[in-house]
Amino acid sequence: MEKTVPIKTLKEYARNKTIDLSDQTIQKKNKLTVFFNNVADVVIFIVDIIKNTFRRGFEFKEFLKQCFLTGNKSLALISITGIVIGLVLTIQSRPILIKFGAVTMLPGMVAVSLIREMGPVITALICAGKIGSSIGAELGSMRVTEQIDAMEVSSTNPIKFLVVPRVLATTLMIPLLILYADALGILGSWIGANIKGDVSFVLFIAQAFGKVEFIDYIPAIIKSFFFGAVIGLVGCYKGFNAGRGTESVGIAANSSVVMASLLVIIVDLIAVQITDML
Amino acid sequence: MIKSDKKNSETVINIDNLNKKFGTLEVLKDVSLQLFKGENLVVLGKSGTGKSVLIKCIVRLLDSNSGKINVLGEEVNSLKKHQIHELRKKIGFLFQGGALYDSMTVRQNLEFPLRRIRADLSEKEIDDKVKEVLENVGLPDAINKIPSELSGGMRKRISLARTIIVDPSIMLYDEPTTGLDPITSHEISMLINEIQKKYKTSSIIITHDIECVRTVANRIVMLKEGLIYKEGNLHDFENSSDELIHSFFKNQNSKTTKNI
Ligand SMILES: Nc1ncnc2c1ncn2[C@@H]1O[C@H](COP(=O)(O)OP(=O)(O)OP(=O)(O)O)[C@@H](O)[C@H]1O
Ligand SMILES: [Mg+2]
Repeated sequence: MEKTVPIKTLKEYARNKTIDLSDQTIQKKNKLTVFFNNVADVVIFIVDIIKNTFRRGFEFKEFLKQCFLTGNKSLALISITGIVIGLVLTIQSRPILIKFGAVTMLPGMVAVSLIREMGPVITALICAGKIGSSIGAELGSMRVTEQIDAMEVSSTNPIKFLVVPRVLATTLMIPLLILYADALGILGSWIGANIKGDVSFVLFIAQAFGKVEFIDYIPAIIKSFFFGAVIGLVGCYKGFNAGRGTESVGIAANSSVVMASLLVIIVDLIAVQITDML
Repeated sequence: MIKSDKKNSETVINIDNLNKKFGTLEVLKDVSLQLFKGENLVVLGKSGTGKSVLIKCIVRLLDSNSGKINVLGEEVNSLKKHQIHELRKKIGFLFQGGALYDSMTVRQNLEFPLRRIRADLSEKEIDDKVKEVLENVGLPDAINKIPSELSGGMRKRISLARTIIVDPSIMLYDEPTTGLDPITSHEISMLINEIQKKYKTSSIIITHDIECVRTVANRIVMLKEGLIYKEGNLHDFENSSDELIHSFFKNQNSKTTKNI
């Protein structure tokens, strides 16, 4: 019975959407429409972020604060994970390599798998859990308690003040965390190699990076930025669009983690395909 | 419908046939309302009648489905985003739940609108202003606290301070005294009057607190089921034989009328 007004242009949709996020008319439509509405929402959200990134009056203080928080929050967790991955990779593959008489290939093999794949993906997944959920919960609770509305009535664009600094911070900091995890992974691997064998750190590093050109690592670095962006975007989107009522905060945090982790894996898959074609 | 005796004075907010739905829920059916310059208009109504929705439509935190809202001569629904931001600088909005920024101290909370709306102020002026409004709401010692350290009533007062700090020409108060003790409630009510006198502010005050109504109201409207149920002054309401209105005013009927 209830017919909603057809929305002609994306712009018109955006206008209605950014102002009345809680309008439930959408729920009355069928699933396909809901899906396309969601896609449209995400597109509008991203376009809005990009626009606001370059608009004058960049919130530099907020950006620095978010960078610090993003890096700081997960440093300990990532340190441990990095070392353990390197250690485990080494301990597991060493006996096999010895069997084939190729133990000198160990550092190189570990470095490649660590920097190209394990480091970025595992770090990103941890960050999706740690940072994604905290952004989702924080913005979600700001939405529910009307703090975002309060910013709006103080003539402050919440996309610019809250979302842009967070997305930029994760885009910048998560690659750094990934590099850090890679470095610790290699350290862990060297420790692993020394449990049963004996190899100097300098030799180990030389063997690790001897065969591989820097160019080979570029795809991994590029995809790290995408991981960072995806985690920030998902957390902000879910938090920003949280519903009414306190349970929405939990939902926002939870769905941020699920969605961000899933997207990290999908981005990784796409990255592998692209790298493979090159 | 009873017309206000202020018919001829200038209106700052003019709402015509406002309709607002959430899906199938029609919260505001057909609301027409004026706010005159310099007056305190009290909005009464049972919980869930859409009082908060009404004032959110005025600042366009919510988009109305139909009807016109004219604020300070501007048609709110046809404004562009940056024009709305400009208009909002002149409007103070007290949220029902306070909406204090959790991650900021009281000082930062108060400075937030000030720095963004009044860019012309110096650091000293900002500091003075922050202290002044804290003094006004009776919480000068809270300046370095964070919201989670404050009691519910203190939060309400801080958020009131955050709203009045920019000296808006229109104030929209969503339940300014709910949850406060009688003494503080009275102080807040007096503060609302003081702001009205000092800055010639025009205000809409949503409240269930009849003491507050008695202190601040120049005119009262009551909402019911998405329509304006009754409009009049305090006298009309207190002497009304209508059951709904009576139930709002009966508790404190022993008090003598303090018509301001
Ligand atoms: N963003 C929203 N999305 C969906 N429904 C909403 C939204 N905001 C308000 N409502 C609904 O609109 C109705 C009116 O809400 P409103 O908050 O205006 O009530 P109120 O008159 O302020 O009540 P109270 O005195 O309890 O504050 C309620 O039924 C509420 O559920
Ligand atoms: Mg309300």
